[in-house]
Amino acid sequence: MKTNVLAAIKMTVVLLVLLAVAYPALVWAIAKMSPSGGMGDTLERKGKKYYKNIGQSFTEDGYFWSRPSAVDYNAAGSAGSNKGPSNEDYLAEVKTRIDTFLIHNPDVPEAHIPVEMVTASGSGLDPDISPQGAAAQVSRVAKARGLDVEHVQALVKKHTQKPLWGLFGPEKINVLELNIALDKESKN
Amino acid sequence: MNTEILGIIAMFVVTLLLGLPLGKYIAKVYGGEKTWMDPIWGPIERFIYKISGVDSSKEMTWKEHLTALLTINLVWFLLSMAVLMNMEALPLNPDGNPNMSTDLAFNTSISFLVNCNLQHYSGETGISYFGQMWLMFLQFVTAGIGMAAAVVIFRAFRDKTTTQLGNFYDFFLKSCTRILLPISIVVASILVFQGMPMTFEGKDTMINMQGDTVEVSRGPVAAFVPIKHVGTNGGGFFGANGAHPLENPTYLTNMVEMVAQFIIPMAMIFAFGFFIKRRKFAWMMFGVMTVGFLILVIPNVKMEMAGNPAITEMGIDNSLGAMEGKEIRIGAAASGFWSIVTTMISTGSINSMHDSYMPLSGMNELIAMMVNAFYGGVGAGILNFFIFVILAVFISGLMVGRTPEFMGKKIEAREMKIAMMVALAHPFLILVGTALATAFPTQGAATLNNPGFHGFSEILYEYTSSAANNGSGFEGLGDNTLWWNISTGIILLLGRFIPIIGPIAIAGLLAEKKFIPEGEGTLRTDTSTFGLMVFAVIAIIAALAFFPALALGPIAEYFSMS
Repeated sequence: MKTNVLAAIKMTVVLLVLLAVAYPALVWAIAKMSPSGGMGDTLERKGKKYYKNIGQSFTEDGYFWSRPSAVDYNAAGSAGSNKGPSNEDYLAEVKTRIDTFLIHNPDVPEAHIPVEMVTASGSGLDPDISPQGAAAQVSRVAKARGLDVEHVQALVKKHTQKPLWGLFGPEKINVLELNIALDKESKN
Repeated sequence: MNTEILGIIAMFVVTLLLGLPLGKYIAKVYGGEKTWMDPIWGPIERFIYKISGVDSSKEMTWKEHLTALLTINLVWFLLSMAVLMNMEALPLNPDGNPNMSTDLAFNTSISFLVNCNLQHYSGETGISYFGQMWLMFLQFVTAGIGMAAAVVIFRAFRDKTTTQLGNFYDFFLKSCTRILLPISIVVASILVFQGMPMTFEGKDTMINMQGDTVEVSRGPVAAFVPIKHVGTNGGGFFGANGAHPLENPTYLTNMVEMVAQFIIPMAMIFAFGFFIKRRKFAWMMFGVMTVGFLILVIPNVKMEMAGNPAITEMGIDNSLGAMEGKEIRIGAAASGFWSIVTTMISTGSINSMHDSYMPLSGMNELIAMMVNAFYGGVGAGILNFFIFVILAVFISGLMVGRTPEFMGKKIEAREMKIAMMVALAHPFLILVGTALATAFPTQGAATLNNPGFHGFSEILYEYTSSAANNGSGFEGLGDNTLWWNISTGIILLLGRFIPIIGPIAIAGLLAEKKFIPEGEGTLRTDTSTFGLMVFAVIAIIAALAFFPALALGPIAEYFSMS
């Protein structure tokens, strides 16, 4: 027993050096060689820095909106709503979101509101929406900015990211990048 | 073909293709054969043995194995309590996160010690980077423990009649240095290039486009995430685990993290076959497990892609699937696929919120943990499957009137008693825990996030996840209370060590017995008939034990919705 205890303590100390010091140091060094330098992917716009992968809350009609969020897009934390599919209060909340969406997007028939625009993401920080999610907002954004609908549609198309290698996973649009592009267009 | 479906098929196929050669490599490592890693790790391992004063060539009996295993776990537990309760005084705490309370530290220490990673705190606010690095250490070594335990069984069946089953420290250290660490480094190298943070700086403040100020949590994520998956630990760096866009930024990282968690559980099956030189037996295991896996995963992917019928009724476009709690970049298919893999192989990491899954998808996640033997976490799955094999051998022996034999060893009363105890302990822990929490509404019902049948499922899920050492949750549950911390802590401990001690004892006892060469009258265990038998035993035990509880939770919720 005593030999086991001593061996256990000594081995723990050496392994701590290997696994909790040397290994993270190596990963840190590799990260320094990556484009983001281990600081997370960021975007610069007018001297302000944004995180590309951290979604933002957009409420103005002139911006494309992100999905509903359980943490209001404050990345100090992260969480989903954890509402169960049969929860009456939750379903009532979804109904309210649909109504709100219809008020702000009167040109859109109810059947064209994609589900992700009325349901909260898992992290509460989802940076993306689907192409349908953007399509349902084009008319509102165009009107608010005084741009042609076709022009905004083209912009959405340009920012639609294809599945990985064209083969795997869903199509998506990074809301932040799309809105930055929108701001640039409006200025010209 | 749908690119979402194509994505999940690719993940499975890639895992299988990489799992086979990895299995061969693992068998070589534990067999002490030469591998290309020898020049790198040989000297480092000898150095570690020298400092620790361990003679790695000393053979141990099964009891000596267990003593060494339990001792080192005790050391880690004490250290862990000390670290988690004193984070304010320790370095690497840029966000000034507080010490854990005694009961939360107890729960967290045990949870990471038993390779479960149930988390009653959120990474952003509940732990310092020092604490995270400590937990990362535990993610390595506890996976090493699970693998070392499985290798004792490998040895017991390779050697004909013996009491000497190799050296515990040898199995354990090699698991860390030659398997877990190299794979983690490869995975980390991919992840950092996909924009995953790896920094020791604290929270960043950002003014968003509309002028609101928010904070962004960061940290040494890219070191933590690989071993969280490779060791089938599953503890998230952030609260939202693999759903967090910095912990799983792209579809590619989602695929890499999936393969990373799936590969060793699969490779261990093949390693067993290579090691004991019975590849057909390994294929039998793989077949049974894969059938079980498909039975659970196909309906889940289908139901999640179909979406919530209550929302379809509202008349909107529900074609993306059940997106509550899911991320756009991952999608419903890859989320549903992950939900079954993670519950089946006891990782417990999530890329979507299980609490918001369709009732029967949630049930399949529960069943995956209730069975807890398909593929199985690093090491642990094989241990559980082994118990079911012993039961199947015994029952088939009785059915055809032959002496139950397995791998040339007679299975007798003593082994059967241990096997039965292990098989029954799992439902016992889950059901008793659930019953107690339900009986005291101030402890159980008061902490729920959803009413009705779904609320009951939240309780059932928490205990199932604890007993299966899984670590995922129906996260709506307000689980950082004295009741949840202590009760799940105890179940975690029993749920880890009973399925380690029991199978090792059986293997040790069998190894000591006289070897009987296979003859005409031997029941063959590497055939599909026997595979069917094992599957039937698993299905019957799971159904008998868990159907009533499932009927009260997810099944009742399903019928209440239609």
